[in-house]
Amino acid sequence: MLVGDSIGLKEGKATRVAFGETLVELGHEDPDLVVVDADLNNSTRTDLFARAFPERFFNVGIAESNLVGVASGLATCGKKPWIASFAAFMLCNAFDQLRMCVAFPGLNVKVVGSHGGISIGEDGPSQMGVEDFALAGALPGFVVTVPADEVATRLLVRQLHAHVGPAYMRTGRPNVPIVYTEETPLQLGKAHLLRDGDDVTLVACGLMVAVALEAAALLERDGIAARVLDVHTLKPLDEEALEQAARQTGRIVVVEEHLAHGGLGAVVAQALARRWPVPMRFVNLGDRYAESGKPRDLLEKYGLTARHVVAAARELIPQPVPTGS
Amino acid sequence: MSTPTATRPTLADLEVIARRIRCDIIEMTTRAGSGHPSSSLSEVELLVGLYYGGFLRHDPLRPDWPDRDRFVLSKGHGVPALYAILADRGYFPREWLDHLRQIGAPLEGHPNMRRVPGIEASTGSLGQGLSIGLGMALATRLDGRDYRVWVMLGDGECDEGQVWEAAMTASHYRVGNLTAIVDRNGAQQTGYTRDVMRLDPFPDKWRAFGWEVREIDGHRWDEVLAALDWARQTTTGPTAILANTHKGYPVSFVMAEFGYHGKALTEEEARRAREEIGCS
Repeated sequence: MLVGDSIGLKEGKATRVAFGETLVELGHEDPDLVVVDADLNNSTRTDLFARAFPERFFNVGIAESNLVGVASGLATCGKKPWIASFAAFMLCNAFDQLRMCVAFPGLNVKVVGSHGGISIGEDGPSQMGVEDFALAGALPGFVVTVPADEVATRLLVRQLHAHVGPAYMRTGRPNVPIVYTEETPLQLGKAHLLRDGDDVTLVACGLMVAVALEAAALLERDGIAARVLDVHTLKPLDEEALEQAARQTGRIVVVEEHLAHGGLGAVVAQALARRWPVPMRFVNLGDRYAESGKPRDLLEKYGLTARHVVAAARELIPQPVPTGS
Repeated sequence: MSTPTATRPTLADLEVIARRIRCDIIEMTTRAGSGHPSSSLSEVELLVGLYYGGFLRHDPLRPDWPDRDRFVLSKGHGVPALYAILADRGYFPREWLDHLRQIGAPLEGHPNMRRVPGIEASTGSLGQGLSIGLGMALATRLDGRDYRVWVMLGDGECDEGQVWEAAMTASHYRVGNLTAIVDRNGAQQTGYTRDVMRLDPFPDKWRAFGWEVREIDGHRWDEVLAALDWARQTTTGPTAILANTHKGYPVSFVMAEFGYHGKALTEEEARRAREEIGCS
């Protein structure tokens, strides 16, 4: 498995698959749900919906700008469109349309960017959505979410559908470990405490939640109690949970599969600078694009493994004074 | 309620209305000190034909009537003409026109669907309205309604690739309740369209994308009304009315000279324009 072996996590589905399956369930429940695609449905997994509800599915061809415009027109007529493409194309190609046709009028369009992060692997940087948190987060009124596993995806897709207004969700390509149980009371807009600890808080989202859990296990061996907070909703941000973590642990490490600028680290730092400043470290892709390769090798080379998180946490924690010599 | 079966005004009536709308355009943009009067003047016969000729199914007292036709002004900068018409038809008080582009007032520089009754889409970033209209047109397939969607584009706007993405999709889905009206006034921000980006053969382009096309003189009532009627009756696929117009029509000095795009007339120019139009 990509990550999570070291702490015995079980492999689950890719979040894009859980998204596609949940759309089908919702399609049975809500006749106003429509899906618009820019010819990537078998990758984003809206093909599952297309098969179940062909009359409520529109493929507009390889045309992301058109995709967003069509969805907004449907939304003005009371339909509840979900649109999906690769995160890179959805946000970067159609950003103006997301701004003008969805964010500005505040229309009820749900936007999904699949193939987020570098863990897509061999297809390389042109296909990797690594700017999406910054771009989606910049759009006024947008809810921005990044589920960590299939369970979180199912819960968040349902909650997003019930929410009236624009929203963005990132999904991923590879199978990812399951960190939640079906009974987990995951709530849109609320950070979820996965592991308690008082020495440092590891704030993460998406695939990096499992990485943070691995890091916490490594830190525990050294006697460091790390808290793990899944901030699956980047916007609106659960500032209370973050302030509490800052007050109680005094140190924060933010881990994300995203560029350094404008992502989870930026919004968490902005909130804490105002509410309860503490020393922070940031584990992310920095200011560079990645390359083709096996997902696991890419995470290693570009600094997104438990080892990297541990090193960042260690920078914040005073080393014991050497004695004896 | 205005339906295709309602009594149609005479050509003389339409002429009077069009003159009134043009006078409003000049007055409101000159008062605002900015705006796009020339891009608004070129579209007046097309919009008056649509809103007063009995072709647009609408009810100013019920702007959210689910069965209404939708009109999307994709060339959002031409909105002063639409504001004047919506006010005249009773969508909002005429006094709103006096506060065009003022802070706190609803009539912004470009259409904002959240602030103005009768505005169906927020536009102003060119190239997007045809996709929005296509989405509205497709929605009728899901709830069994029979309204038509009319989208007005500028010709310069057709430089935008998204226009052609939407055009291709509309004919692929054989959308029979979507009409594009192109205000082909021949000029854009920095020059004439033929110099900036050649569109010809323009009708052939639309035909090649699978649209039924009518090319008309966009200032002649008989041609405007016949084309709107033809579009209303055509339900086999998307229809395009390519209307040749003059930017600034009928104000001689605005038509004669390039350089009036995006500029309000001065008080003195406005006085001369109103005189030429025949404002009281």
